[in-house]
Amino acid sequence: MSVSTNTPLTAWIEGIGFIAPGLPDWPSARTVLRGEQPLLPAPSVLPIPALLPPAERRRASRLIKVALAVGLEAAAHAGADVATLATVFAASGADGHNCHALCEQLASDDRQISPTRFHNSVHNAAAGYWGIATRAMAPCQVICAYDAGFGAGLIDALGQVVVDGQPTLLIAYDSEYPQPLHAKRPLPDVAGVALLLAPARSERSLACISVTATSSTADTLTDPALEALRNGIPALRALPLLARLARGETGSVCLDYLPPMQLGITVQPC
Amino acid sequence: MTPLLLSAYTASTCLGRGLDATRAALLAGRSGLAPCAFETVQLDTWIGEVAGVDEQILPAALQHYDCRNNRLALLGLQTDGFDQAVRAAINRHGRQRVGIFVGTSTSGILQTELAYRRRDPITGALPDDFNYRCTHNSFSLAEFTRDYFALEGMAMAVSTACSSSAKVFAAAARQLALGTIDAAIVGGVDTLCLTTLYGFASLELTSNRPCRPYDAARNGISIGEGAAFALLERADAATAGAVLLLGTGESSDAYHMSAPHPEGLGARMAMDAALRSAGLAADDIGYINLHGTATPANDAAEGKAVAALFGDRVPCSSTKGATGHTLGAAGAVEAVICAQALTDGFLPGSPGTELLDPAITIDYRLRTSPGTPRRALSNSFGFGGSNCSLIFGVAP
Repeated sequence: MSVSTNTPLTAWIEGIGFIAPGLPDWPSARTVLRGEQPLLPAPSVLPIPALLPPAERRRASRLIKVALAVGLEAAAHAGADVATLATVFAASGADGHNCHALCEQLASDDRQISPTRFHNSVHNAAAGYWGIATRAMAPCQVICAYDAGFGAGLIDALGQVVVDGQPTLLIAYDSEYPQPLHAKRPLPDVAGVALLLAPARSERSLACISVTATSSTADTLTDPALEALRNGIPALRALPLLARLARGETGSVCLDYLPPMQLGITVQPC
Repeated sequence: MTPLLLSAYTASTCLGRGLDATRAALLAGRSGLAPCAFETVQLDTWIGEVAGVDEQILPAALQHYDCRNNRLALLGLQTDGFDQAVRAAINRHGRQRVGIFVGTSTSGILQTELAYRRRDPITGALPDDFNYRCTHNSFSLAEFTRDYFALEGMAMAVSTACSSSAKVFAAAARQLALGTIDAAIVGGVDTLCLTTLYGFASLELTSNRPCRPYDAARNGISIGEGAAFALLERADAATAGAVLLLGTGESSDAYHMSAPHPEGLGARMAMDAALRSAGLAADDIGYINLHGTATPANDAAEGKAVAALFGDRVPCSSTKGATGHTLGAAGAVEAVICAQALTDGFLPGSPGTELLDPAITIDYRLRTSPGTPRRALSNSFGFGGSNCSLIFGVAP
């Protein structure tokens, strides 16, 4: 066996977007993660995707809305032009409600499914709508890694930042299935995290992160309500990192990825 | 990019299992398409079904992954000695240093479609034996592969519809360049299911005959299925004649969910980016394996983009008239076909295509012929405007 070189992947965070139950955007999440406000139970709130043309806006699922909203929030936070950004989308599934409707119809006597339902069924639907909304023709990656989506997306996004030397917008997001699939995959609500990652420090940089593989145990959150979110929705496995960013603290965190491989991240606020 | 070695590769489609069957069919100009008789599907269309998929029995410890897609994945992994090559790489590099990058569009969704016919009549619940995570979920293919080889490193499924298993080459190449891994299992597996068969029919994109890429009278796709894998490693030890990944290019149409940009703008950007990544000019390419789905819109748009970049100077063909459109597996299947064209010295033809579309001014090859391409480019484009071009070459 060759000697294992554990190369750290480094990037600068320039913008953050966030939506989770009870946390409608990054500023509100930041306040709660700093311990200045308690997390109050409430369903996720999704803004109307105003950038989409009317037909696409009508057809946009909750999953598409959350991806667009957190992506746009992070880009706006960074003052970046969305039309130029490479993107990495990471989700544990495609739109669950649409999937349920298709499976129900395909199990019935009338299998003539709607063409819109079909093209919305692809795992990369949110990425496709993002392109239509932003006119971004840059590379767009779409990943699935079940519960490890945030980590898998972060690894690929850092790859683009470091190898291709381009700012890359990571958007990790998940949405619920209705019954009966909900019983098999019980995601409680919709949530999303977006990070705009850049290859070099700028006046916009919020923090520098460096990621390496580790076999340590993932950090948890002391607030049980936040810990339930971290555990309940794959994209929110990012919460220990976001908590450190919210507090502006230097240090390291460990995020759940694919056991036995976890992600160790050092955070250096700018 | 720094060239990477394809130290092993394999493909299984309706043309047959493995490299020998694939090469023999391509050389003979044979198609594997047949009238659709899949499951209970009643559609007037032709499909490319892989023989013997449901006879595959997953190892006892991996039974929870059992579904048509993972059966085809197993068939693929156990063909052309691919699994032995992977095990040798794991011995060389370690369990944490071999990454998994696999593409699929529908993974094991057939399992969910079938489970919906067996819901509890009172509660509506799905049957107890249905395992969403290990069958339906897009990551199932990656997780099955990871557990099959007892790997402990990074893994991802890429799901960008019909460009999925082309984009995995780019994602793996980035991690190899960074040194986070020493080898990568890349590939794609997609299997027939009701969602895609009825879905493409709903969009009026399926043909009622075997598909005819780039034909003036082309009228839609023939859906296929396939499993193709490659083992990517650094090319320091590549011997003369070995197949290399030379360049990757990705772009987005930002235009429409299910129709390509009419001028092929995104396609052209992907091919341009691949040439830049490989440090090559258009005239360095000796064969183009087109996306060539045989829909009127795809072939017109792709044809414009290829003509704009390559003129009529480079031999081109789509091999989907032979294999069908294997969707999320197409990128990897056609990467292997490019590798065969390079190593075996031929230019694949286009079974089914009869009368070329006169509006598309490229050097489109109807019949397989001998040739000595040194570098081949492969196009894969997907719903949502996801484009990827790959360039392969032969080590000097």
